[in-house]
Amino acid sequence: MSAQTATDFLDASIRSATPLLLAALGETVAERSGVINVGLEGAIIAGCLAGLVGAAEFGPMAGLAIAGAAGLGIAIIFAVVAIALAADQIITGTAITMLGLGLTSTLYRVLYGDGGAALQTPTLSPIGIPLLRDIPLIGSALFDQPVPTYLAALLVPAVWWGMYRTQFGLALRATGENPAAARASGISPKNMQSFGILFGGLCGGLAGGTLVLAQVGTFAEGMSAGRGFVAIAIVALGRWHPVGAALAALIFGMASALQFLFQALDLKLPYQLFLALPYALTLAALALASGRYRAPKSLGVRLNVAD
Amino acid sequence: MTSRTVLRALLEPLLAGMLALLVLAVLLGASGYPVGEALTALWQGAFGSWSVIASGTLVRATPLLFAGLAVAVAFRAGILNIGAEGQLLIGAAAATAMAVNLPPGLGAAGLLLALGAGVLCGGAWAAIAAVLRLRFGVLEVISTIMLNVIALNITGLLVRGPLQEPTRTFPQSALIDQALRLPRVIPGTRLHAGVVLAVVTALVIGWFLRATAPGFRLRMTGANPHAAASTGRIDVARVTLLAFISSGAIAGLGGAVEVTGVTYALYENLSPGYGYTAIAVALLARLNPARAIGSAVIFGALEAGASAMQREAQVPAGMVGVVEACVILVLVASEWIGARAAAGGRLIRGGTPRSGPTSAPAT
Repeated sequence: MSAQTATDFLDASIRSATPLLLAALGETVAERSGVINVGLEGAIIAGCLAGLVGAAEFGPMAGLAIAGAAGLGIAIIFAVVAIALAADQIITGTAITMLGLGLTSTLYRVLYGDGGAALQTPTLSPIGIPLLRDIPLIGSALFDQPVPTYLAALLVPAVWWGMYRTQFGLALRATGENPAAARASGISPKNMQSFGILFGGLCGGLAGGTLVLAQVGTFAEGMSAGRGFVAIAIVALGRWHPVGAALAALIFGMASALQFLFQALDLKLPYQLFLALPYALTLAALALASGRYRAPKSLGVRLNVAD
Repeated sequence: MTSRTVLRALLEPLLAGMLALLVLAVLLGASGYPVGEALTALWQGAFGSWSVIASGTLVRATPLLFAGLAVAVAFRAGILNIGAEGQLLIGAAAATAMAVNLPPGLGAAGLLLALGAGVLCGGAWAAIAAVLRLRFGVLEVISTIMLNVIALNITGLLVRGPLQEPTRTFPQSALIDQALRLPRVIPGTRLHAGVVLAVVTALVIGWFLRATAPGFRLRMTGANPHAAASTGRIDVARVTLLAFISSGAIAGLGGAVEVTGVTYALYENLSPGYGYTAIAVALLARLNPARAIGSAVIFGALEAGASAMQREAQVPAGMVGVVEACVILVLVASEWIGARAAAGGRLIRGGTPRSGPTSAPAT
């Protein structure tokens, strides 16, 4: 393997990992508050389309912000049904994902016509950090990236600080472990979980925006391609910790980047193998990591009316 | 059944159907399509004539019923199987592989072998997720969704590789031999014997859950695994494993019926998301197998009508996904408003805490 191939592989790994990390960080916060949001996929695909439309109108940076807002909007629906109306989180989440996928495919056709003409959007260009980007091998992968990659990298310590070093983070984690006890000490579990969901939706939307604005440059139906579910798996692999999520996201970025590596090495393998690989790896990793981590105690459990 | 529950069983699907139409009308209006024309096309495509009902609605309802039953059995056992889609695809692939490789002249026995292959492989595919949950504590929601994607890629690989048709041009399998196809039940329509099989399956599962000891153990496990385990008579892990595999087997049968009854070949995009719509089918039926027949017909009509709507009014078919999602959301939210399930597991009634994703159920 030449140095250039290795550099390209690392670069592709970071690029694939970025949206996964953004989505997984949001989901980490949601799950620490006790909510599993299977509707994350819906927030990501909403972010994809909103990012495209927003960037076409106002430019790529505004597009990214609008993508985050779209994810937030999807999350509000989830919060109303799953928290305010106390419905089952998993079924609600599944419906939210269906809603996101259906709504974006419909809107895309309504906005851009039946042929779904491939609308290209200006993408976020990489911002190089002087000196650092010239480090051999890892320089361009780590220090010559578009904004969302830096954003994701900064969010890791920010989420850690928020969850482990603030009163609010303690209240959020307490809710995820035992909502009744949290309530007894004056915390509103509904507010904590709503915050977790909304933050998760915002991050999911940003992940979708990243996909369109920093990578693909256009929208395709269902282009989120299960990333929301991979992100949920990453949260478990990362043991519900932001730093763990970063490591797990990086491993999955590398798994996805393998296809570029294999192409470069000129190995003729069916592309379906590469498409299925990250998912098979997720399953294997989840099985291997079993027993060595613990989920928040009340994850996925509905709040009682009193909470 | 009391007359009130019968009334509710009839009223709820009707209300859900009307709700779906309302949502659709709003969506159509908001995105600038001619509402009247589109809804007329929908109605004509779903119920316009006897032949449309048979060839469209009921043919579409058949895989939805199989997949809906798969979801209902799993949910009743407390298993969140979102994997009916993958299990159905694997069942279809296995049935096709069997059918195109059988020696000629087997007739009905060959058809049974093909359907059996679908049942076995659908069950085996679900068994992966079951073992991952019981042995390794992997949340089945995540594993079944991953397995759906893997199943879709396996199907794609098969129709371009080992199962590709002889000319090696199109991404599909060879046609299944005439003798191995499900017979048509109404001549001149596309309605095949699979619809009868689906209804019989629904009634048998309904009887099994209601009137047999294993069915009772399954319901107990779903209602409260801790209570079920503490009776000392119910092996919760075993019941979970068997229920999960049965769920996959039912979905696999649905896939096998689809290739031997409708498409006669394996395609990559064989299922337009039957496994996901199945969740709406099962929830609307309140996880009751007999009532799933009615809700499968409603969603079958919606999908058949949507195809007509796309043909005649150029309305994107993705809109149906939005309608289905809204129906599910209203159904789960309505629990809170007070419509308690007459039958159904804790998923529908709520209240009982679910064990976390990493803690395997007590054995």
